[in-house]
Amino acid sequence: MKILWLSAITCNGNAHSFLNYPYLERFLDDFEFIYHPIIDSLYTIEEVISTNIECDILILEGAISFEFNKIDIPIFNIIERYSKIVRKIVTVGSCATFGGIFRDGEYKDTTGLHFNKDIKLTRFANLYKNSISISGCPVHPEILVNTLYAIKSTMNIELDEFLRPKEFFAYTVHNGCTRNEYFEYKVDNHIFGKKEGCMFYEHGCQAPYTNGSCNKILWNEVNSKTRAGVPCMGCTQPDFPKQNLFETKKNMGIPQHLPLGVNKRTYLTLAGITKAFNIKRLEEDIF
Amino acid sequence: MQGALELFASKGFYSTTIPDIAISLKMSVGNMYNYFKSKDILAEEIIKFISAYLGKELQRINEKDISTKEKTRAIVAIYFEVAMTKPEMIDYFLRIYLSNREIFRDNCAGMICVNEFVTEVMIYFEEGVKSGELRDQDFFSAFGLFMGYLGGMVFLKGEHILPRELDEYVDDISFNIYKALSV
Repeated sequence: MKILWLSAITCNGNAHSFLNYPYLERFLDDFEFIYHPIIDSLYTIEEVISTNIECDILILEGAISFEFNKIDIPIFNIIERYSKIVRKIVTVGSCATFGGIFRDGEYKDTTGLHFNKDIKLTRFANLYKNSISISGCPVHPEILVNTLYAIKSTMNIELDEFLRPKEFFAYTVHNGCTRNEYFEYKVDNHIFGKKEGCMFYEHGCQAPYTNGSCNKILWNEVNSKTRAGVPCMGCTQPDFPKQNLFETKKNMGIPQHLPLGVNKRTYLTLAGITKAFNIKRLEEDIF
Repeated sequence: MQGALELFASKGFYSTTIPDIAISLKMSVGNMYNYFKSKDILAEEIIKFISAYLGKELQRINEKDISTKEKTRAIVAIYFEVAMTKPEMIDYFLRIYLSNREIFRDNCAGMICVNEFVTEVMIYFEEGVKSGELRDQDFFSAFGLFMGYLGGMVFLKGEHILPRELDEYVDDISFNIYKALSV
């Protein structure tokens, strides 16, 4: 199966993240890049852009703008041409999906392929049915690879409202977090890098309202941000990046963003009760 | 519950006995113990009952599509109205719950037994900050200013020190609270 990895307005973080896939050699036995910005490919970028080369999947990395060209060819034209050749288009990373940080850059009207933050765009509406979004900053290599294999095996991939595979994005990053006990009893005595404490209440952790599988499918098969002691920054969400990522925005002590789907009145009632537990074991350092 | 509440509020927790309550309810002492195993448990149930009552009143205000300034006035008004029409409720809150913390230490830790009331106060504050009307600050600083002020006025009324009826103070006090809490 042949893939074109097309970079638009990007830091190339997704291309680099992909290199961390632990079984890359095996992957390259099953897939072939007609072009990838870092991996040796069959064609040069000039050849890919000047002619139509047969391929099955178009991977788009980075945000797009009508002002952005690749070798003097508008990125919009390249996407249109290759979208007619490929079976699927996969946006990798939050910039290609939602516009990401480059929305604030110099190119005018910078967006993702189908979304400007959470607003659905009509420009490439005809490609909607063939598109899959794998958001994240950067993309999780295992989630990308698993999706590519699902495409290869022509599986039916169920998608959410932002075209993300539900298999990976129907959960929150909170699911599987090793700090859940601290969350349940509202203990945020965290110091960055420490094993103890939940980071939702004071330290800006967005895991309870961020869609992703970071705590179920670990990064490099080893770790996740919250396990390592750093808050989830909500990098898979349409509004990423927000500001003050290490601080929980509160209004009179109540977190502005509550866990996904949780009613405020119910949350406060439950929080008042759990806070009263005052569990000494959780307040102290384990080591 | 109402009968026990009135007795506790008027005589105090320690001066009120289970037989007193049983008599006021026209119930045998033995039957009384079938409902409540101890006076402490009855005291806890009463504070939950008051919290739920006041919480429901505040929830009705919170759910109205009005400004925080209007909500502030509505909360002050309902608090004083309850203090005037059901004085035993606020008296119990001030003179039993807050003054006899040892009774409530075990089963009413933190704010568990007044959760419904406090939750609505929190929602009032949170929505006030979100709407840009109230200044963001520590919850207890704001809570103390609001509820301490109201409780103080009811206490003064109970001591017959206030020269006027509570409802005559609603405008001034809601103005003061809003001014103190607003941005």
